[in-house]
Amino acid sequence: MSREKHAHEPWVRIVKRDGIARPKAYGIRILAVLLSLVVSGVFIYAITGLNPMDIYEAMWEGAFGTSRRSWVTVRDAMMLLCIGIGLAPAFKMKFWNVGAEGQILIGGIMTAGIMRMVGDSIPTPALLVIMAVVSLAAGAAWGVVPAVFKAYWNTNETLFTLMMNYVAIQLTSYCVSLWENPIGSNTVGIINQTTQAGWFPAIFGQSYSLNVILVLILTVGMYLYLKYSKQGYEITVVGDSENTARYAGISVKKVTIRTMAISGAICAFAGFIAVAGSSHTISTTTAGGRGFTAIIVAWLAQFNSFVMVLISFLLVFLEKGATQIASQFNLNDYASEVITGIILFFILGSEFFINYRLVFRGKEREGK
Amino acid sequence: MTQAQLVPLLQSAVVFGTVILYGALGEILTEKSGNLNLGVPGVMYLGAIAGLAASFFYENSVAEPSGAVSLVLSFLAAFVAAALGGLIYCFLTTTLRANQNVTGLTLTIFGGGVANFYGGNLSTLAGGVGQISVSTTSLAYRTTIPALSGLTVAGFPIGTLLFGYGFLVYLAIAIAIAMHWFLKRTRKGLNLRAVGENPGTADAAGINVTRNKYLATCLGSGICGLGSLYFIMDYTKGTWSTDGTIEALGWLAVALVIFATWKPLNAIWGSYLFGLLYWMYMYIPNLTRSSMELFKMLPYVVTIAVLVVTSLRKKRENQPPAALGLPYFREER
Repeated sequence: MSREKHAHEPWVRIVKRDGIARPKAYGIRILAVLLSLVVSGVFIYAITGLNPMDIYEAMWEGAFGTSRRSWVTVRDAMMLLCIGIGLAPAFKMKFWNVGAEGQILIGGIMTAGIMRMVGDSIPTPALLVIMAVVSLAAGAAWGVVPAVFKAYWNTNETLFTLMMNYVAIQLTSYCVSLWENPIGSNTVGIINQTTQAGWFPAIFGQSYSLNVILVLILTVGMYLYLKYSKQGYEITVVGDSENTARYAGISVKKVTIRTMAISGAICAFAGFIAVAGSSHTISTTTAGGRGFTAIIVAWLAQFNSFVMVLISFLLVFLEKGATQIASQFNLNDYASEVITGIILFFILGSEFFINYRLVFRGKEREGK
Repeated sequence: MTQAQLVPLLQSAVVFGTVILYGALGEILTEKSGNLNLGVPGVMYLGAIAGLAASFFYENSVAEPSGAVSLVLSFLAAFVAAALGGLIYCFLTTTLRANQNVTGLTLTIFGGGVANFYGGNLSTLAGGVGQISVSTTSLAYRTTIPALSGLTVAGFPIGTLLFGYGFLVYLAIAIAIAMHWFLKRTRKGLNLRAVGENPGTADAAGINVTRNKYLATCLGSGICGLGSLYFIMDYTKGTWSTDGTIEALGWLAVALVIFATWKPLNAIWGSYLFGLLYWMYMYIPNLTRSSMELFKMLPYVVTIAVLVVTSLRKKRENQPPAALGLPYFREER
């Protein structure tokens, strides 16, 4: 078809891609990460005046410099991954669960409370099972509340779950002041420090082995659940089009509530791991913004559990690295959030070039 | 409750209410264009640190800093920096079509990082010691009209209560009224609302959707930035603390938008009510420390209740903009 030269043809227009080869898509993403590292390098250089390569070396040192540091990095990546795994089904269903922060804390409160109350009166394995089950149940209940309102009255879930975070934070503050130890410190202190009752036992000589094992089981399980189970398929359909789901006879209400129960439960399970498996205490910073960061983990990975592993490690690596730089240069470690922000902006922006391509004026005249 | 308790309670309610009011007004304008910007806390952080940094550098570079000049400088810096935060958000969501919620949360992380990084390190980086303090500027922001603020009626310090604040408190109310007029009474306001309700229809009617989204988001973010500027200059008296209060107030501003059902005039009294609920626990007698924590939950619980009630009643004039949070791509209709 011949076309008249159009006076108003824009300088550049956007065309949706029909599909993109996987290597090319990952190429664009890697390019985005590299670009963001350059921008972060400029930011660091502007502050410290040091060669960014030295800085990145120092960051590596901070994350993996010693075996202890490596294990802390692994532990934190597992925590972030666990929350991301919990959020994935909800987000895949296009249910904006920004309440992970609160769900983690609910799990944490339950775990800490039982740990304090029961102490060493029953063996630790039994105690761990009780704490895990109660945390899962509490998280599920906490997550179901906004889901019910969304399912029946279409209440905005983004804002609802966001507000519930603060309710959970205040509940945590309440528990902290109830369980204060020693009195007046405004912290709970290390629970069961002498008996270590309810702490994750060391496996293979490493105290964080159980964290890794539990989260990896969840990772594989969630991958299989979303990809191969009937329920996972229902989640995908509801996420893509509620009308299609209804037409196919899927109960959108039931799927919404069930999925949020799972999502809330896994996020609370992350709280259980955080309290029983790493900090052995509870405070309002137990979640520490990870509930929000994990949204980004789940979203960027497009809910693929295994890509989430990579992204979790990248983010935790940045956090640890920036902390190291900060202490070396006598700065505070908020630099890590700046770098995280820059990298995420770039990755978010890069998705555009994966889904669309730009056509400049005068190019691609023939055919389409 | 005695008068000696009541006056400071109401005053602190107005101070915190004003911070929240600016945030909510900015977010109302943004959301009217269909952009659900969850980066409000980040944008507020950016405004606060830019305002503080501007007056810090000015006060340090001039021998005898003038409060008025510093006031103008920091005001502009806060507005522009926050608007730039909005620009990042709008570029990513509108032009590059990234997801709104994820972009907003990233902006919150980024803004918090930048602000707390510079807030904690600015004086170290500038070669000084200790914390930043911009007392001259802070004093300028806290100037009141003496004749009015000293007014008492029958022994009740009505002047302190009504006129005892810096100019930003009154500017917030003025902005709210102006925004109400703009949204309800002008053609441009109608266009903006059309974009938020149904961008496809607005586009077909010849309204430039992209331009409306950009303008509303950037101006709205700038207004958000003024709230945190007020917090920094008035409440913390020109110093920085990394305790996360700005973030908490930013989320409260997002909550207030719902509470006010997207109406600027409701936001005025809603914000003072939120401020009151925020500080209430300090003035209720015989509270233990733990039950105080439960009381601090009030603003959020009230917001959830409002959210639920508005969705139950389904009154058309109380609903969020219909296309709120949804992406608009012309060629995907």
